[in-house]
Amino acid sequence: MANMAPKKNEMPVQAPEVRNKNFSEVALGYTKEQAVDEAQRCLNCKNKPCVSGCPVSIDIPEFVEKVAQGDFEAAYEVIYRQSSLPAVCGRVCPQERQCESKCVRGIKGEPVAIGRLERFVADWHMANEHEKSKSANLQNGKKVAVIGSGPSGLTCAGDLAKMGYSVTIFEALHTAGGVLVYGIPEFRLPKDIVKREIENLKSLGVEIVTNAVIGKTLTVDELFEAGFEAVFIGSGAGLPRFMNIPGESLNGVYSANEFLTRTNLMKAYKEDSQTPIMHAKRVAVVGGGNVAMDAARCAKRLGAEDVYIVYRRSMDEMPARREEVEHAEEEGIIFKTLNNPVEILGNEQNFVNGIKCVRMELGEPDESGRRSPVEIKDSEYVLDVDAVIMSIGTSPNPLIRSTTEGLDTDRRGCIITKDESGLTSRAGVYAGGDAVTGAATVILAMGAGKSSAKAIDEYLKNK
Amino acid sequence: MFRIKEKYKLNPSVTKMVIEAPLVAKKAQAGQFIILRVDDEGERIPLTIADYDRNGGTVTIIFQVVGATTKKLNDLDAGDFICDFVGPLGKASEVSGFKKVAVIGGGVGCAIAYPTAKALKENGAEVHAVVGFRNRDLVILEEEFKSVSDKFVIVTDDGSYGEKGLVTDALRNLVESGEKYDEVIAIGPLIMMKFVALLTKELGIKTVVSMNPIMIDGTGMCGGCRLTVGGEMKFACVDGPDFDGHLVDFDEAMRRSSIYKETERHRYEEGCNLFKEDKNNG
Repeated sequence: MANMAPKKNEMPVQAPEVRNKNFSEVALGYTKEQAVDEAQRCLNCKNKPCVSGCPVSIDIPEFVEKVAQGDFEAAYEVIYRQSSLPAVCGRVCPQERQCESKCVRGIKGEPVAIGRLERFVADWHMANEHEKSKSANLQNGKKVAVIGSGPSGLTCAGDLAKMGYSVTIFEALHTAGGVLVYGIPEFRLPKDIVKREIENLKSLGVEIVTNAVIGKTLTVDELFEAGFEAVFIGSGAGLPRFMNIPGESLNGVYSANEFLTRTNLMKAYKEDSQTPIMHAKRVAVVGGGNVAMDAARCAKRLGAEDVYIVYRRSMDEMPARREEVEHAEEEGIIFKTLNNPVEILGNEQNFVNGIKCVRMELGEPDESGRRSPVEIKDSEYVLDVDAVIMSIGTSPNPLIRSTTEGLDTDRRGCIITKDESGLTSRAGVYAGGDAVTGAATVILAMGAGKSSAKAIDEYLKNK
Repeated sequence: MFRIKEKYKLNPSVTKMVIEAPLVAKKAQAGQFIILRVDDEGERIPLTIADYDRNGGTVTIIFQVVGATTKKLNDLDAGDFICDFVGPLGKASEVSGFKKVAVIGGGVGCAIAYPTAKALKENGAEVHAVVGFRNRDLVILEEEFKSVSDKFVIVTDDGSYGEKGLVTDALRNLVESGEKYDEVIAIGPLIMMKFVALLTKELGIKTVVSMNPIMIDGTGMCGGCRLTVGGEMKFACVDGPDFDGHLVDFDEAMRRSSIYKETERHRYEEGCNLFKEDKNNG
């Protein structure tokens, strides 16, 4: 008999007034007892609606059932069949819009906490890792190159390695992980977890070459010349966008990419870090996505007293995960919704000392279906801040498209792919993740990496 | 890891290192840069490529000790290793199709001006080099410049070596004596490039400058290296580092380059007091 409690087991978290001063992980994870109790809420539906909501099609009822039985390693094996990065997904997937949104238990009450269970299983596996059941598969001798070690690249590489390919990942930065290490903060996704997942991939035989910028150090064509038979491009999001308003070059204006990279990848929050960062007292973060929430919460932890999210639409349109918004609110981030910056102001030394905003109201729905914000006349005011973080998206990086002949991109510069396979206009070249879609989520990128791995396998088998 | 093959002290605060980095060496061109991290805890700093040897698989960097990271780098010797060394980044300088070019180098910027002068010469241009330093003790790469230039002028602020004056004075003299240049290339401190660009605008000579702003990844991700060029936002790492000197907003670039000056100074002085004297000899 299933546990019919209408609510999910609560996730233990660090108290807001404690955690907004440290970079340790916010959510602490289920205990064994909580996990088993939560897993027992699953009705094990025959048609598995939750699976249809998962971009990588994890057999959710099967793994949840194993958890309910207390067989956590078996649960891990079920997840691992489909996902190379379970500890990451369990933490950063927007489950409420995916698997959990389809859960039958969600009709009357809360859905099963699938994400929290996934995280529990992955963490349990890491903590109790027995002998590797996944000994390296028989190598088929075919080489595949993967560009970028973010979520799409890691997934594609992992799946191909499991199929027996010799996979080499080329990473531009000095550390593997892409956005998982430079973008998503420690308190949401501990870097040790990412490191462990990457070590896992290496044990499958995946080779990772850091400090290799494809398009500069090597080109896609040179990868083929070097004997790679297929290439997957998962180079991720690119150049940060700015608003084109006056004052964006003032000292103290950061792109979210720069602010987060300094904080996370370069560990600027640590006393002994060599990388400097401004410890601003009052910070405005412009934008309403997950990246904006991450930037705001980092700024708070770096010692800012007042941190504002300035977003031109209302709370309802905000693209960030609900949990991230709630966590941010609990930590004291101030939401200035229906506000839009028009100018950033500076002092005589050209450091930011304010941001001029205008109030907005919602008008007719635009092409995205969201009601578009319209300025309210004469509603300008100045918010006193000493740093501004622009978190309004990115446009694709030009380095690969400009050095790869015959690789078609759209008007924005995103790589054009034929279909789900991720096949580009070049034979043997596949692409996925933000390089194709523009800024999106970790799990969508993973889904793309997975589809491409399958397509590359078919391509190379028939070649 | 990247091995330091050779190390030379060019003047009290400027060091030359030859680094074993075959992949970078294979692709490197004049005007491009690399990003390095000295050790696992280090920050990422960009340095322009001073020379390369494709066959030997080495890349030469020349740097001035100005902060904690360059000090740490300078503490290493031949045979030691650098943790990370990535490149070549940025676009290469345009070096072909010119008849006569004036290459202006200032201070440690000469390290970058030299490979450009050399590449121009190899591509058939007549090269006039004008190099400037604060004083005699800081002169670097004199012989190298002489070997690739048809005319060579050296100036010092205090007149302790070569002609007394600024590079702009020397350039004006050359033009007034009848020299006609297709292009001027100026590489050095921002303030020098600003005034060279002002002069050549007045003289009507196309001018290219090499920008070296603060950056982290160097591949077009962080946006820290943004500049205003002709009223538009540009990223030095992917759109540059070379830009039309008549369009760059130098004042803004100078302000942006000072963002971390205070932090840098504190950290640097904690690390070492030896080089204080030479800190601003660029």
